[in-house]
Amino acid sequence: MSGCARRCKHGLVKFALSVSKLVTGTLIKDRVDDDLELSVVCHRPEGLEQLEAQTNFNKKELQVLYRGFKNECPSGVVNEETFKQIYSQFFPHGDASTYAHYLFNAFDSSHSGSIKFEDFVTALSILLRGTTTEKLEWTFNLYDINKDGYITKEEMTDIVKAIYDMMGRFTYPAMKTDTPKQHVDAFFQKMDKNRDGVVTLDEFIFSCQEDENIMRSLQLFENVI
Amino acid sequence: MAAGVAAWLPFARAAAIGWMPVANLPMPVAPTNKNKHQDELIILNVSGRRFQTWRNTLDRYPDTLLGSSEKEFFFNEETREYFFDRDPDLFRSILNFYRTGKLHYPRYECISAYDEELAFFGIIPEIISDCCYEEYKDRKRENIERLMDDLEDNKDSKLPNMTFRETMWRAFENPHTSTMALVFYYVTGFFIAISVITNVVETVPCGSMPNQRDIPCGERYTEAFFCMDTACVMIFTVEYLMRLFAAPSRYRFMRSVMSIIDVVAILPYYIGLVMTNNEDVSGAFVTLRVFRVFRIFKFSRHSQGLRILGYTLKSCASELGFLLFSLTMAIIIFATVMFYAEKGSSSSKFTSIPASFWYTIVTMTTLGYGDMVPKTIAGKIFGSICSLSGVLVIALPVPVIVSNFSRIYHQNQRADKRRAQKVQKARLARMRISKSGSSNAFVHSKRNGLNQSLELTQLPYYKMKLSPQGSLEEDQQLKKTTSLLESQHHHLLHCLEKTTNHEFVDERLYEQGYLQTALQNFPSQSPSLSSEEGITGTCCSRRTKKNMQPLSATHTHTHNLQELSALHIQCGEQQPLNTSRSSLNLMSDESGSLNCKSSGLVTTAIISIPTPPSNNSRASPDAPPPPNPDAPPLPNPGTDVVKISAL
Repeated sequence: MSGCARRCKHGLVKFALSVSKLVTGTLIKDRVDDDLELSVVCHRPEGLEQLEAQTNFNKKELQVLYRGFKNECPSGVVNEETFKQIYSQFFPHGDASTYAHYLFNAFDSSHSGSIKFEDFVTALSILLRGTTTEKLEWTFNLYDINKDGYITKEEMTDIVKAIYDMMGRFTYPAMKTDTPKQHVDAFFQKMDKNRDGVVTLDEFIFSCQEDENIMRSLQLFENVI
Repeated sequence: MAAGVAAWLPFARAAAIGWMPVANLPMPVAPTNKNKHQDELIILNVSGRRFQTWRNTLDRYPDTLLGSSEKEFFFNEETREYFFDRDPDLFRSILNFYRTGKLHYPRYECISAYDEELAFFGIIPEIISDCCYEEYKDRKRENIERLMDDLEDNKDSKLPNMTFRETMWRAFENPHTSTMALVFYYVTGFFIAISVITNVVETVPCGSMPNQRDIPCGERYTEAFFCMDTACVMIFTVEYLMRLFAAPSRYRFMRSVMSIIDVVAILPYYIGLVMTNNEDVSGAFVTLRVFRVFRIFKFSRHSQGLRILGYTLKSCASELGFLLFSLTMAIIIFATVMFYAEKGSSSSKFTSIPASFWYTIVTMTTLGYGDMVPKTIAGKIFGSICSLSGVLVIALPVPVIVSNFSRIYHQNQRADKRRAQKVQKARLARMRISKSGSSNAFVHSKRNGLNQSLELTQLPYYKMKLSPQGSLEEDQQLKKTTSLLESQHHHLLHCLEKTTNHEFVDERLYEQGYLQTALQNFPSQSPSLSSEEGITGTCCSRRTKKNMQPLSATHTHTHNLQELSALHIQCGEQQPLNTSRSSLNLMSDESGSLNCKSSGLVTTAIISIPTPPSNNSRASPDAPPPPNPDAPPLPNPGTDVVKISAL
């Protein structure tokens, strides 16, 4: 019975408050305070020396990288939406969001949902200045969507489809529906040495090292910065 | 590609490593940054105020003054800075454009000064960002109108060769041009006034005959009034016919409001002339006389304020409509309530709901005639609520109308709706241009053969970098048409093409390509090239035909290995809009027209010698020179391995 009485009193108080608001003419205060909380999340990276020690970049390169990073993301972190937008700008023909999603997961090594500058620069350091093995490991990590150490045909099909999505509709020759599948079959033909249906890290690295095209193209972007 | 995102291009290129294991084909060589120096600060001295920025920031827009080599003309050797003798305040927004990629228009600045600065620094005003674009366009239009008004005022002096008709029209439109026009203006005004007064006085009772009630003057002095009416109508008719004769576009004149008023003013007289003898329609004839009062609207030619008032009402049509609608709603509601409230009382005037309408209207507009009054208590309560709400409902839309009137009166604009539509259309067009610009740039540059993709060979990679020195020259020329940023971006897209074994094409080429898959056979000009099934299993086999892209005689491509991919080009068709943000000023027609000049119809060259990745197929390096005589022959440097990409 006491609960009922309490609820009644609560209701009466609220009613009295709303009537008084009506009479005195004050409007209901909007809940703007909550929104302010989210936008001030800011992240500052570790010191320049620490980053220099951890990565293969020198101070100047880190400065250039950080300036570009901060320009696009003033709050210091990139969330997935912004990441997808930025990446899509480079591929106006097609839809780069799926591939950007996989990239985001590969960059976000701590799975926090946002990329900080350290994650960004660590990944770039591997991609641009790392050894071939490191690059291949990173690529394996990219392809391994569920991070279980094996690349299955489904995962590979997803990745290849995402890459083909970036081409868009207007291609020559026209895109067929089984083009990704054939591409994946060829890939597995090459990579899966023991024919068990999955590609492990060692198989991957071994097969890539056999292929000179791949080896050469890994060196392609050395002078990007 | 926006400038800010350009900073992320290295990341996008690095991420392209993810495609490499998937790709079956060798990748094109990356464009090298020949002048690779560390990023340096440059000082821009604008009338004494020093701005500093990174050189890379200015290089983002290579087709403006600051981004190109044009700024070297302003370089001051002693102080090692670039000096510009321009306004430093305006320079702020220009420099911010380089930094943020968005051009803003400061509201307090004069529009023509701003335009001059933009023209000096080579920035076109169309890329002003959305937040400031409306303001900029409005100010610009005001300025132009003001200039045109000034011009028109100076145009009053009679031009030497005007026909009689044009002179007359000018006289009608602007009575101050000549004395005759002024006389005509006053005479017509006088007769309009006479006509209106006659119509009014006609109904006044004047004098009375014995044994009869007062009769209106019109019936007493019938002939006099008839003569006056005839005279006025004749003057109006003559005036209308003269205007019709002098009008530059008679059809448009006849459709205009003023001429319709003229016609309506004189028509009843003629109809009356025709129908005087028929008694049946004399009732209708009397009604027609009401239209004579429209003559008073002819005064609007003589009064500017009247015209503005009419225009205001026209442009506030939506507010007036809202006022009417809300009033109607309120009237119906209150009439119903009052009817049912007063139903009980005896001898009530509220006999029906429509009868209550009159009471409601009179009460809501606070007139209160008093001919209908509620008697019951409920009726009185609702009646008071009705009068209180009436004030509110009427008072709300009125300030809107007033502000509209003052705005139009002060600015004298054209119809708002027409302007909004045009602006909206222009804005959509701009957005479309900037969106399609970046995607078209790549396809366009491919078509021009600027994307000369180089194959990676058996040779160690470092040897590739030591390409013959002759390539320096054409690198410079390449850079003239594409900035380093663009070439890197195009290289990235090219890598994607190689990974997926498909090419980017334009929309209409896509349609053509669809049709062309039916036509298989292209005669091969080089018998030594053979064709095989593609790795990706495209079921159509094609013969190869290398075709040199005759861009210009100076583009001698002396790289070791070349793969030329030309798309089906039909000259004389529309150029694609090469208006990416970074090259809005770029002349796309020059490169396009060069294509057209060389050959009328360049047919497709599809290179499709697929090579399985493990072994090297030896194919003869270059096709014999194409039929085009201007193209220089390809030197065969003797490296005998050519991997040609598969399609």
